[in-house]
Amino acid sequence: MNADRPESPQVLLRVENLSKEFPLTSGLLEQLRFERGRLVRRQESVRAVNGVTLEVNRGDALCVVGESGCGKSTLARVVMGLIKPSRGSIYYEGKRIDDLPTEKLLTYRRKMQMIFQNPYASLNPRMTVKQTLEEPMRFHNPDISREELTHKIIEVMESVGVDPGWNQRFPHEFSGGQRQRISIARALMVDPEFIVADEPISALDVSIQAQVLNLLMEARKQRALTYLFITHDLSVVQHFGTRVAVMYLGALCESAKTEDLFGDPRHPYTQALLSAIPRLDQSRPTHIKLLGEVPTPINLPSGCYFHNRCQYATDRCRRETPNPILTGDSHWVACHAVEEGRIK
Amino acid sequence: MALLEVRNLEVRFPLRGGELTALRDLSFSLNQGERLGIVGESGAGKSVAAFAILNLVSRPGYISAGSVLFEGRDLASLAPEQLRSIRGNRIAMIFQDPMMTLNPVLTIGTQMVECLQAHREISDKEAREIAVSKLRSVSIPAPAARMDQYPHELSGGMRQRVVIAIALLTEPSVIIADEPTTALDVTIQAEIMELLLELCENNNVALLLITHDLGVVSQVTQRTIVMYAGRIVEEGATRSIIDNPWHPYTHGLIDALPERTHRGQRLNQIPGMMPSLSAIPEGCAFHPRCEHMTELCQTQIPGYTLRDERRVACHWVEKQGESR
Repeated sequence: MNADRPESPQVLLRVENLSKEFPLTSGLLEQLRFERGRLVRRQESVRAVNGVTLEVNRGDALCVVGESGCGKSTLARVVMGLIKPSRGSIYYEGKRIDDLPTEKLLTYRRKMQMIFQNPYASLNPRMTVKQTLEEPMRFHNPDISREELTHKIIEVMESVGVDPGWNQRFPHEFSGGQRQRISIARALMVDPEFIVADEPISALDVSIQAQVLNLLMEARKQRALTYLFITHDLSVVQHFGTRVAVMYLGALCESAKTEDLFGDPRHPYTQALLSAIPRLDQSRPTHIKLLGEVPTPINLPSGCYFHNRCQYATDRCRRETPNPILTGDSHWVACHAVEEGRIK
Repeated sequence: MALLEVRNLEVRFPLRGGELTALRDLSFSLNQGERLGIVGESGAGKSVAAFAILNLVSRPGYISAGSVLFEGRDLASLAPEQLRSIRGNRIAMIFQDPMMTLNPVLTIGTQMVECLQAHREISDKEAREIAVSKLRSVSIPAPAARMDQYPHELSGGMRQRVVIAIALLTEPSVIIADEPTTALDVTIQAEIMELLLELCENNNVALLLITHDLGVVSQVTQRTIVMYAGRIVEEGATRSIIDNPWHPYTHGLIDALPERTHRGQRLNQIPGMMPSLSAIPEGCAFHPRCEHMTELCQTQIPGYTLRDERRVACHWVEKQGESR
């Protein structure tokens, strides 16, 4: 089945009911267990992403936030086609892309580029900057002339603020911030329209973070880029994102325009998360206390994944998984308490 | 008199063809029950400062000058066995990654009892009782059961609570915490910071908090030291530094935070990057990145200007004070 679906033209990417599980027990022997005197076969898996549905509009900077282990990086990788989803589908400009064979995926790979968290690991230490930048360009345009290529490299290096005269240098000769500029340059080489950035500034110092964030914002304006920005840093989201999606244990809790989410967070988890950001104007911690600890994604709680930490949880929350409901202008919340009007 | 008094501390690392000064002219004091933050970016020398205070600088690095007075004794020149009676006993440490500081092959209980018995002559039973009570004081559920668990059985937040409980075992008067929540998620960070703050307040323990996060410093500390390229550039009351920074670097650091700029606007950035310790510029180390740079800044290392209970190393600030 390869059902493409007509889409309103502003939707660039659509992810539908996406799930990804990583099996923990791969071999048959590992799966066999004795239970009540009988031999049973049991497959255990880490359920990293559980039924995520979201849309990215053209020109948006959608930030996906959540704490470690919430499945945000897995979501980014599945969207990029680096790993196959277990269930669900991904549409790019209305065309289904998650089940395409590799050669057909190439056209999309060119439009979608990725920036990784650690610029020390994502650049090949044995390739010069020039080689690193040439590679994606040559791969996608085998016929490109040497002059065009050189011209493009100079243009992109200048736009990310790295002196083009340094193109013969190796990654180890650059600082962390400059390496991240080079990985951004590599992503920009093929003129993509959609960029997935997985924690692109988390490994950098505060003053360098501001430089790289400014660069990403400028690139978005100048090149009409659309971002899927994965991060755990909420103050960056507030500044950078046009929309925000909050994830908890692989599921979406809430998604809204940035100003709506920060101004009027509805989901109890979002409220706790926002209250935990240490702010400069606070002289004491003022966070909302959550109950208990994050459960493992191997044994997910029944019902709402958040129920065992939520002060508003009822029997229904323990039984039934909440569906996202629309509570305002494109403000989605998956919470029974909000739906029932138990919290404002 | 201050509980901990650091005077002109300097740390050097010998290199091929020279020496690298990782920490220069570090002086500050910490009073009983006071909470002091040391902020800076990576390479600013904050962790070296923590290690130097405890005389833990790893070889070939060494303390080349200065003193660390604690209860009248100089830690920088004490014999190892005398140091051991202070380190981990009167001054406790909490490091960034609890998985690295806890021994993975010993149970929590064994590690806690071992730590207590290293400093006091008490029976296993008494030591266990104290350990359980400390685990309870850091809000660990079912503390007695945790004693027989291994570090890998606990979550990151719980492990850091165990580390804090271990730090509290010997009822120290100073806790040095080096980025204690950097490896943790934001909701857990908030819990751990609040816990640390309450424990210090309730037990009148002094806290030296080393972090890169100005928000955390603002929430937890009373006084703040800002470091750049191995040296203190500004010191003062936390609130007044954050609301009104004097040193151009402190100013830039605070202004670079996204919460200081309107949404979607260009962030204020400090141009360039921190110099490596082996290539610190002449004069003021910050001058190549500074908008107020003059010729004097390029040649002469600024001394400290003291005014309104603030200490700043900057020629520009000094000059402004004169013209006022």
